[in-house]
Amino acid sequence: MIIHKTAAELAEAIAAGELTAEAVTRAFLDRIEAVDGRVHAFLHVDAEGALATARQVDADRAAGRALGPLAGVPVAVKDIVVTKGLPTTAASKILEGWIPPYDATIVARLKAAGMPILGKTNLDEFAMGSSTEYSAFGVTRNPWDLNRIPGGSGGGSAAAVAARMAPLAIGTDTGGSIRQPGAVTGTVGGKPTYGGTSRYGLIAFSSSLDTPGPVARTMLDAALLHEVIAGHDPRDSTSIPQPVPPVSAAARQGAEGDLTGVRLGMVREFGGDGAEPAVLAAYQAGVEALVKLGAEIVEVSCPHFEYALPAYYLIAPSECSSNLARFDSVRYGLRVGDDGSRSLEEVMSATREAGFGPEVKRRIILGTYALSSGYVDEYYGQAQKVRTLITRDFEAAFAKVDALISPTTPFAAFEFGARTSDPYQMYLADLYTIPSNLSGGPAVSVPVGLADGLPAGLQVMAPTMRDDVAYRVGAALESTQEPRLADQVPDVADKEL
Amino acid sequence: MTTVTSPSYADAVAKYEAVIGLETHVELGTRTKMFCGCTTEFGADPNTQVCPVCLGLPGALPVANEAAIEATIRIGLALNCRIAEWCRFARKNYFYPDMPKNFQTSQYDEPLCEDGWLDVDVDGETVRIEIERVHLEEDTGKSMHVGGATGRIQGATESLVDYNRAGIPLVEIVTKPVNGTGALAPEVARAYVTELREVIRSLGVSDVRMEQGSLRCDVNTSLNLPGQEWGTRTETKNVNSLRSVERAVRSEIIRQSGLLDAGERIVQETRHFHEDTGQTTPGRSKETATDYRYFPEPDLTPMSPDPEWVSRLREALPELPRDRRRRLQEAWGLSSLDMAAVLNAGAVDLIEATVAAGAKPEGARKWWMGELSRRANEAEMELGALGISPAQVAELQGLVDAGTLNDKLARQVIDGVLAGEGDPKAVADARGLAIVSDTGALTAAVDAAIAANPDVADKVRSGVHAAAGVLIGAVMKETRGQADAKTVRELILSRLS
Repeated sequence: MIIHKTAAELAEAIAAGELTAEAVTRAFLDRIEAVDGRVHAFLHVDAEGALATARQVDADRAAGRALGPLAGVPVAVKDIVVTKGLPTTAASKILEGWIPPYDATIVARLKAAGMPILGKTNLDEFAMGSSTEYSAFGVTRNPWDLNRIPGGSGGGSAAAVAARMAPLAIGTDTGGSIRQPGAVTGTVGGKPTYGGTSRYGLIAFSSSLDTPGPVARTMLDAALLHEVIAGHDPRDSTSIPQPVPPVSAAARQGAEGDLTGVRLGMVREFGGDGAEPAVLAAYQAGVEALVKLGAEIVEVSCPHFEYALPAYYLIAPSECSSNLARFDSVRYGLRVGDDGSRSLEEVMSATREAGFGPEVKRRIILGTYALSSGYVDEYYGQAQKVRTLITRDFEAAFAKVDALISPTTPFAAFEFGARTSDPYQMYLADLYTIPSNLSGGPAVSVPVGLADGLPAGLQVMAPTMRDDVAYRVGAALESTQEPRLADQVPDVADKEL
Repeated sequence: MTTVTSPSYADAVAKYEAVIGLETHVELGTRTKMFCGCTTEFGADPNTQVCPVCLGLPGALPVANEAAIEATIRIGLALNCRIAEWCRFARKNYFYPDMPKNFQTSQYDEPLCEDGWLDVDVDGETVRIEIERVHLEEDTGKSMHVGGATGRIQGATESLVDYNRAGIPLVEIVTKPVNGTGALAPEVARAYVTELREVIRSLGVSDVRMEQGSLRCDVNTSLNLPGQEWGTRTETKNVNSLRSVERAVRSEIIRQSGLLDAGERIVQETRHFHEDTGQTTPGRSKETATDYRYFPEPDLTPMSPDPEWVSRLREALPELPRDRRRRLQEAWGLSSLDMAAVLNAGAVDLIEATVAAGAKPEGARKWWMGELSRRANEAEMELGALGISPAQVAELQGLVDAGTLNDKLARQVIDGVLAGEGDPKAVADARGLAIVSDTGALTAAVDAAIAANPDVADKVRSGVHAAAGVLIGAVMKETRGQADAKTVRELILSRLS
């Protein structure tokens, strides 16, 4: 059945002429039709556009033109990445109805690679959240248990892949928004090196942290998608002008199941305080599997990691308070109260009051405060110093080990509403993922097993521009699972709400 | 409330010391905008030179214009500044509809150029103006307020924004406070802006046209009693000509001294200069200062100009205007007053080119400052746009020097050149304009004049040589001005001796 094949298998079948890109795309569109009423992974489905791309790939193949490695394999795109002619909302009312006049660089690369774009996936508003509950357009449900969150902010992309509505998806990771949803939905999430994938056309939340990356069912699929979207982009000044690390080759090497000579570090400061025992147990099983593959596990200390969360919650809101200032009703998006009786300032204010949700407002206010005169050194400035120290912790660790490992997130998918009343409880979901965002290094989350019936993930963190190391370790771990979590299908259609 | 009367300017500067400071914004003449590829051309239809980047659309990212960085460094070098080895852009956050992102990408505590100076000449004295900083930023869009009587926002029914200007590279040049200039403060301000304009024009990095807004100036003024601390300053905007710079400082000195005399305090505020009245009126108060929440621009990488490149730029600087003026004044043997007249007429380049084409400085200056200036004034044209080239003026003067033309004939030749009849020699030939040097024909004309005026001839014979003028006039009339008056006079005297 088409929807159960991996992206690599689909690409091979299309290239060999065993399947048409159109048939593949139709299969996923049908699946969306069948199950997304329950899951709500998509905010917008573009059947027509996806099928047009698929037919073009089929025509290209028939004409003997060269096809890219993922030509004809459909992909879903997180709705914070702009798509020309397709609505892009960032799951916010303030952008409802806006149709971007341009494509993000990564979207242009998907199109150039012949990948049909199925639609736009749900997220926490402006990618601020860990449960997709802060979407202005309704929650996304975890295909493993429809009463639970799919993680966030990229819950839509992760749920779409987990529920077989898309073989691949694009996510964005600012503090864990690709990896944590991956962990709680049993999918693979890759956060590339910051600057390894272009941010041009990614609606900015926190410019110095935002990183687009792949969401997939397997490490190899994630690596193949990574290679389509990565690489230097002259439109993004922070894009790294270096060759893309050989991640698909690394994933294939890892799949051979030999980690002899690979040294992996467990971060002492990630001792598991506050983590769910079942999640820790799944993680421990994963560590043992890695040892069996020949990896050497050592403990390393990263003393400043414990300050990562507070530093993150100063830097990200500071940048967001500035990045989101442009949503002011003047040029695009929502406009409220423009009835001729109000001043421009009042209209701007009313629009932002009505257009932004509670978490976005919380962060704008926090960031505005952290940057304000008299406080900027104490908050934003201090946080930047912590960031430097965390980067040095990573450097010191990578002098001793090839990669660091940890649970991806302290807890498995929780029930709706469980953490919305206390923001800090929600923020803890990203405890283990945030350090890599602060340092800019690459990291992946790979399914490690089930914790009380819910997926758990193991995170591999690698040195800057050594994304290949993370893929190799992740793929090796994946190879030990029988059956792979990726092959277990949560039967969405049969679940009752 | 105390009655405030305006003292005379002389009384004001006799009592108070003025401290002035100037912030000048120069739009660079780069082909494209500061952070995108849009053209910078002036005068296009509104909102036709825009793209996702300069409109601040969600997801768009800036890329710094290298040519603008180079131009800024060259300005800094010409102003004797230290060029930063490493510096960053910063975001200046505030809401205003002509600013697409609601922050301006500017520089804060790390400008590209710092600590320079510019010498200006005022009343034969050299005044050194210290430069605090030269930094690079982007221009805003332009708001137009319609429906009101004044074109200002008060009373307007609608505001329109043109973003063509948004993102044009803008260099801000800030002086240190200038004190101790006494009654000359207004002239010093004007001389500084004049000299700065000349310097920037000589670098070829901007057309520095105040009337088009490519050079804009804000003037800070404060007064204090001798020996006391500097007073509260006001910032005067809308100063759109060199004359206005001088008038704005003068009017602010008078206004502030009136307030201080009456025991009032000066409000720190932005004031608006009115060309028609020569007065300033209050704009927005700065006492509740906007908190711009500056922080380093995370979308742009730091600038670190290569020191070798900077020294190459330094070596390649053109001769600066003041040095050039001094050199030319000496070479042309002009008094300071004559040189000032040449400068005011905008004739320096023209005279220099004319001399380069072979004319003697005195002759070149005579034509451009005399006959040609007169004609330009009559036609209300720039001297250089008159339609005669320096080479043609040099050729004309050559014909005079060779005795082929006298001044009167030369003016007729100019008529021909301006009428598009060709170069001076060709015009003279075609129009038959040349001094009559055929002595036979001249002698005949002289004899005829003597015969026609026997009484005058007798007077001359009796030694009243002054009477010869009548005869000369008759000969000139006969020869239609084409005789050399001196030769005619000699001929008459020899005939009548």
